Amino acid sequence: MTAPMNIDRRRVLAGGGALIVSFSLSGALAQQQDPPAAAPPSPPGSLKTTPYLDAWIRIDADGHIEVFTGKAELGQGFKTAFQQIAAEELDVAFESLKVTTADTGLTANEGYTAGSNSMKDSGTAIQNAAAQARELLVAEAARRLDLPIENLRTADGAVVAPDGKRLSYGELVTGDMLHVQAQPKSKLKDTATFKVIGRPVPRVDIPAKVTGGAAYVQDMRLPRMVHARIVRPPSYGAQLTECDTSAVEKLPGVVKVVRDGNFLALVAEKEFQAIKAMNALGAAAKWQETARLPRQDDLLAVLTSLPSQNSTIFERSNSPASGRKTIEATYTRPYQAHGSIGPSCAVAQLIDGKMTVWTHTQGVYPDRQGIAEMLRMPPASVRLIHVEGSGCYGHNGADDAAADAALIARALPGRPVRVQWMREQEHAWEPFGPAMVTKLKASLDDGGKIADWHFDVWSNTHSMRPGGAGSMLAAQHMAHPFAVPAPRPLPLPEGGGDRNAIPIYTFPNAKVVHHFIPTMPIRISAMRALGAYHNVFSIESFMDELAGLAGVDPVEFRLKHLEDQRGRAVIEKAAQAFGWKGGQKAPQDRGFGFAFARYKNLAAYCAIASEVEVNRETGRPHLVRAVAAVDSGQVVNPDGLINQIEGAIVQSMSWTLYESVTFDDSRITSIDWQTYPILRFDAVPESIEVHIIDRPGQPFLGSGETGQGPAAASIANAIANATGKRLRNLPLTRKRIKEAIDA
Amino acid sequence: MMTLKVNGREHQVDADPDTPLLYVLREDIKLNAAKFGCGLGQCGACTVIVDGKAVLSCVTPMVLLEGKQVTTLEGLGTASEPAPIQRAFMEEQAAQCGYCIAGIMMRAQALLQRNTKPTDEQIRTELDPHLCRCGTHMRILRAVHRAARLMDTADATPAAEGRAR
Repeated sequence: MTAPMNIDRRRVLAGGGALIVSFSLSGALAQQQDPPAAAPPSPPGSLKTTPYLDAWIRIDADGHIEVFTGKAELGQGFKTAFQQIAAEELDVAFESLKVTTADTGLTANEGYTAGSNSMKDSGTAIQNAAAQARELLVAEAARRLDLPIENLRTADGAVVAPDGKRLSYGELVTGDMLHVQAQPKSKLKDTATFKVIGRPVPRVDIPAKVTGGAAYVQDMRLPRMVHARIVRPPSYGAQLTECDTSAVEKLPGVVKVVRDGNFLALVAEKEFQAIKAMNALGAAAKWQETARLPRQDDLLAVLTSLPSQNSTIFERSNSPASGRKTIEATYTRPYQAHGSIGPSCAVAQLIDGKMTVWTHTQGVYPDRQGIAEMLRMPPASVRLIHVEGSGCYGHNGADDAAADAALIARALPGRPVRVQWMREQEHAWEPFGPAMVTKLKASLDDGGKIADWHFDVWSNTHSMRPGGAGSMLAAQHMAHPFAVPAPRPLPLPEGGGDRNAIPIYTFPNAKVVHHFIPTMPIRISAMRALGAYHNVFSIESFMDELAGLAGVDPVEFRLKHLEDQRGRAVIEKAAQAFGWKGGQKAPQDRGFGFAFARYKNLAAYCAIASEVEVNRETGRPHLVRAVAAVDSGQVVNPDGLINQIEGAIVQSMSWTLYESVTFDDSRITSIDWQTYPILRFDAVPESIEVHIIDRPGQPFLGSGETGQGPAAASIANAIANATGKRLRNLPLTRKRIKEAIDA
Repeated sequence: MMTLKVNGREHQVDADPDTPLLYVLREDIKLNAAKFGCGLGQCGACTVIVDGKAVLSCVTPMVLLEGKQVTTLEGLGTASEPAPIQRAFMEEQAAQCGYCIAGIMMRAQALLQRNTKPTDEQIRTELDPHLCRCGTHMRILRAVHRAARLMDTADATPAAEGRAR
């Protein structure tokens, strides 16, 4: 290791029985405490907050290179993309690198792995850190060889002189060389010379996943590990009034029953013993329920009648509105579930006053803060290590499970405790994607263009992620509970409920109002794309309605209102690849639909054309094919990007056609895959095509969430095209389609 | 104590007879591939092969498996020597989070062992008990087709089953 030996910079963290020396993360903190008088231009990406190069890249004397990211691999494949970026800018073989992901003991604090920001934040930081590390190595070689820098080149992990003499990075690296702050600008490679970036390198995590290797936190087996299960209340706010644990404590294998207020859990030597004991403990527990949930079938009235904080987030009035034809429409989205296939899981262990938690959280640092607060321990005594779990698509039960494991592990010092939620717990207790309402109104001018546009959106916040303990179920249920923090709207330009509420199109008059609803009758938080899913569904459905009113082809109508050249390019690409023609007619019982958005109006562009078949007898919709075009700036791994967009289309189709959380007046009633049906193989499209518009040298634009909204609207527009009926309430179920056809 | 044959090897297992096979595989035999997804037989993540047939291990009590051959994904091949189905899934990059994948691969393997040239329709129907939340279905279908082609040119019999005979 090239760890600088400057002892006062060294921070020692203990965790999992091992001592970890962390030497470069204090730099960011030091800078925050002592800001320079005149701020110099800051380095790009997450180098802004974690500027030391050796927080990102470490090279040892044997030439081993380790790359660090504070982001978590969630199955989106960026661990491979980061490895490509570092290999490219360092000029080393892809296979020679190792990437270490989010760990409060080892990596930078990059907050949450969310919002399609990983490539922009961490990918950019790694790219620049690698380029600057390479510059330092070349400078050192120049010094040793007494040659000008311009005469040297790098190849395969070495600096090469004109006479062929090679100095390997391992030979060149010295103690403190990379412990320097990043410069604002890097000498990045010419994109035309890229050998690794832009190639469909196979993902590094897939071999283990398809051969039964240990790939997930669920697969962890530590010595003397015990299994815990939680007995959750039957509904929000239920109070545990009575629980005789004596019989359960005598069951085979039971190690301990842990009760702290309304938090009830048990620990057993073996996993199935824990499940059987959980059932017995659940039967012994008596609860008093008080929850008063809203009416599920009238979310429009529920949401628009709750108190809201209203803010006009966009207003333009260029010319007096001269609209001749005006239409209005209201769109709704229900609560929807992340629905991870593997219920949330975590392993925790308390040793000598230090708590280590292995978790699939999206934010090891914020989650550490919450767990430390809950346990009343200093954050430095708590270490969170990210280990992959089942795909999460936002804030699912991961953080709650981590808190559960930590609270139970505190009661069993020394023993590793593995907690996994049951299916019904994940379905009932995960924080759902919030229900939303949008109301749109627009007028067309004499030329068939939009003269004015009004957009109102009602929504809860879209993030109740930890930071404080009160976000986590275990802390809420303890005898001395932590209050749920007050919800806040997420600030623009990214936004939460108002994400993508501001139209990307140019209208002479427009007004967008965000009605932020602080009251949360149902537990909610971040779900892939946040408000953008419903806002894009609404805008892009309404654009089709307006195109119909204007008598203009939907693709042409969009282009008439769009100035953004990269946006126009993806629309044109998707239309051309689909074979879209103005005035076309879909085959019998089929419809064509089109939709477009730029995620957050600042990340990747995505346009999707789809063909949907509707069975007029049953109402059943079937997405036959979809064609997408995407521009996410410089592409690092084209196959990874295609995989993300394919997945976004398929997942969004499932949300859009089938999914809504159900509840009665006190309990969540969609508690498994029968009561919360999602897409199955019988409904999978015949084909999905993804076309990439690569932009070499342009910044990385996040793409993991860009497909959600366009896919929904494209399908809705195709159903309207097939049936002549416009459906505005998600999900667009077989029953609703049938009712619309029969109406 | 019960004897269980898994991937060609006999294991002495000390667990209650009503323990579902899934927990025995994961905890007693320390195999990772079969996953807990629902415990209800609704998602397919726990699927393994028993005597050539795809079985949901989360709802199959151990007591029913006396004398039967259990095969898990680990029994088909390894990362360095993958079985055709594993090679196909790697070549198609047919996973995102991958949590559902082991179960899907085992049902596909069982299908391909009895029908070496399934139609697209047959593959879709066969995989209907399985859920994938990342939306990698298109790649999964391509990978199963690719596995069928690979098996056409290779011995489809998993190494472990071969040894057990």
